[in-house]
Amino acid sequence: MADIATPKLDGKIRIPLMEEGATAHYHTLESSPALNEALGYPGELVDNWQEKAIEKFREVLDTNKALRVFMDICVKCGSCTDKCHYFIGTHDSRNMPVARQDLMRKVYRRYFTLGGKLFPKLVGAEDFTKEVLDEWYTYFHQCSQCRRCSVFCPYGIDTAEISMAARLIMNHIGLGSKYSNEIIGKVYNTGNNLGIPAPALQGTMEFLEEDVQEATGVDVRYPMDEKGTEVLLIPPSADFFSAPHVDSLIGYGKVFHEAGISWTVSSYASEFANFGMFVGDFHAMRKIAQRIKDVAREFGVKRIIVGECGHAWRVGHSFWNTLVGPWDFLDSRYPVPQHICEFTLDLIKRGGLKLDKSANDERIVTFHDSCNVARASSMGGYEGGQFEVPRDLIKATCNNFVEMAEDTIKESTYCCGGGGGLLTDDLMELRIQGVLPRAQALHAVMESHGVNYLALICAICKAQFSKVLPYYDIPMEVVGGIHQLVGDAIVLGGAKHEV
Amino acid sequence: MTSLSMVYIILYYIAFAILLGGFLFKIWRFAKTPAPLVIVGTPGAKSGIGTAARVASDALLFRSLFRGNRWIWVGAYCFHFGLLFLIFRHLRYFVWPLPMWYSQVEQLVGVTGGIMVVIGIVWLLGRRFFHARTRYISAFSDYFVLFLLLAIAASGLLIKFRVRTDIIAVKTFMLGLARLHPQPVPADPWFLLHFSLVLALLVYFPFSKLMHAGGIFFSPTRNQIDWTRSTERRHVSPFENTKSA
Repeated sequence: MADIATPKLDGKIRIPLMEEGATAHYHTLESSPALNEALGYPGELVDNWQEKAIEKFREVLDTNKALRVFMDICVKCGSCTDKCHYFIGTHDSRNMPVARQDLMRKVYRRYFTLGGKLFPKLVGAEDFTKEVLDEWYTYFHQCSQCRRCSVFCPYGIDTAEISMAARLIMNHIGLGSKYSNEIIGKVYNTGNNLGIPAPALQGTMEFLEEDVQEATGVDVRYPMDEKGTEVLLIPPSADFFSAPHVDSLIGYGKVFHEAGISWTVSSYASEFANFGMFVGDFHAMRKIAQRIKDVAREFGVKRIIVGECGHAWRVGHSFWNTLVGPWDFLDSRYPVPQHICEFTLDLIKRGGLKLDKSANDERIVTFHDSCNVARASSMGGYEGGQFEVPRDLIKATCNNFVEMAEDTIKESTYCCGGGGGLLTDDLMELRIQGVLPRAQALHAVMESHGVNYLALICAICKAQFSKVLPYYDIPMEVVGGIHQLVGDAIVLGGAKHEV
Repeated sequence: MTSLSMVYIILYYIAFAILLGGFLFKIWRFAKTPAPLVIVGTPGAKSGIGTAARVASDALLFRSLFRGNRWIWVGAYCFHFGLLFLIFRHLRYFVWPLPMWYSQVEQLVGVTGGIMVVIGIVWLLGRRFFHARTRYISAFSDYFVLFLLLAIAASGLLIKFRVRTDIIAVKTFMLGLARLHPQPVPADPWFLLHFSLVLALLVYFPFSKLMHAGGIFFSPTRNQIDWTRSTERRHVSPFENTKSA
């Protein structure tokens, strides 16, 4: 573990005093020329970067209503200033959402408004200097695009949109983050974020079959690249190789087995995650989503079900139809895509799963609403379903469920601190600081109710919490997926196949 | 017609044209800029009516601000609804005749509005001066507009209570402007101060954050509908037929 001091948890979330520049030295690794060029961006910072940046800025203003409106209408009321987990964790004044936005707004004012052109000082406008560009790179890579600030803004101004636009502009002048750009490149080349080749995926799936057979005595299938199945499953690739992610993949397989529905994963589209969103690149997002559509058509599946992944659920739920729709070749009785939680809960409600809740009796479970699920998508087809579906599923599979404090869940949930393309070792300090409010809320229920399981439906949340909670003396073993709970509670062969 | 009158009449029409043109231009630009994706903040309404209710609750009740910060909400609500009352009170200078009941309530509404606006501005200014995080995010322009509004409200209350102006003359002048049949401006310095400040506000409006007044209805995180998985409708982006790199 890196040597980073953390406050001792006491279950209380405190709004800190501001510290100017406390994280000004955080600098996520810059992307290499090869990585940039693979995505169609300039290899390195172009000579006339300022001119190019303003040009791109203008283009984004003309094609993105959100940015156009958000640049003009902030009144600096201050409602958002205490809402960001990174501000609470780092104390850096630039991590107050409005202050982060203003890094972009001051450039906007200088080049696109009359007041900023005539009286820059008076309206807080500034030239786009190298110093300002450095601030952009630093602080727009300290936003996890979780949208919590937007909930409390009188106009719904969403810092996520602003940080996405800023990263898009920076990529277009040759200044990108290595973490995100490398991952997007890997999806282009191999079909998944981790760059896992097909044979290795096949090996994992076979290993899972053996593993489950050994543990349960039942032949549960974990198929890959099988054409003509009913379901194409698109999990985040972390589900194939990371812990505790893989336990959820085991759970999905058991659910399909009990439902008696044929399914497959694809080696060509072995990734639900879509980091094109983190860099605000519509075209990258579309290219990644297109792989999934191509496979669904090629395989002739009837429906697409997706695994536990937060930001990808946003892309799938809210963007796919625009990016690569319509999906008229699929069975129109099912939403595209369908979340695995929706599928499993529906199955349970129709009596298609036999569950032994007592299998999870040693667990006292709480649920962390992932930001992109809570604030950028929905589930179950009804308003607020994204809060109820996962909770109903947890309650159907275990006897002990406890909520964290009201102002830290559902729409007001705090980010895990690793979303938005920041889940990289070179931002470790930020990630550890950013988890603070969630860690406090979790600590509170661990103390009061003995909670020992943090149920999640996001691959980034799982990886982030496993890594950073130990800095606060919370063991990584508390972290797990909802379908890990489901998988453990399923009584295989227990339900009739008539769903 | 005195030259003073000429100057004020011309200034009024220029200011009014800037306000109208600037405001409509900005609104037109908000409206015509396409939204690449559905980015509605969820839980979002799944129908047009639900979405209209959501936007209305922010525009009329400041619901999100209420959830975010009660202290700001109190000051903002006091100020904005005071302003609404004051606009009501000034209707007589633009529209005449007005119904009987108007005359019966206008004084009460006007005085209440004036007091609410002053209290609201002082409250919000106080936050800018004394609340550390708010002070940090405030630029000169954030103070400027509050002081401008405060000066307008104070000068208005002054000509109402202390140095009473000839409101018949004011009404004649204002209605003349509204009816495109200009009349001489009342040469009362306190009225002219009040009137000049208002003209400054009109000119300043479309170039400033005051555009939140129209912009609030164009925020995609609030005014979009959460129907993205519908098979019947599809949100089309401006990049629909472009090729990806």
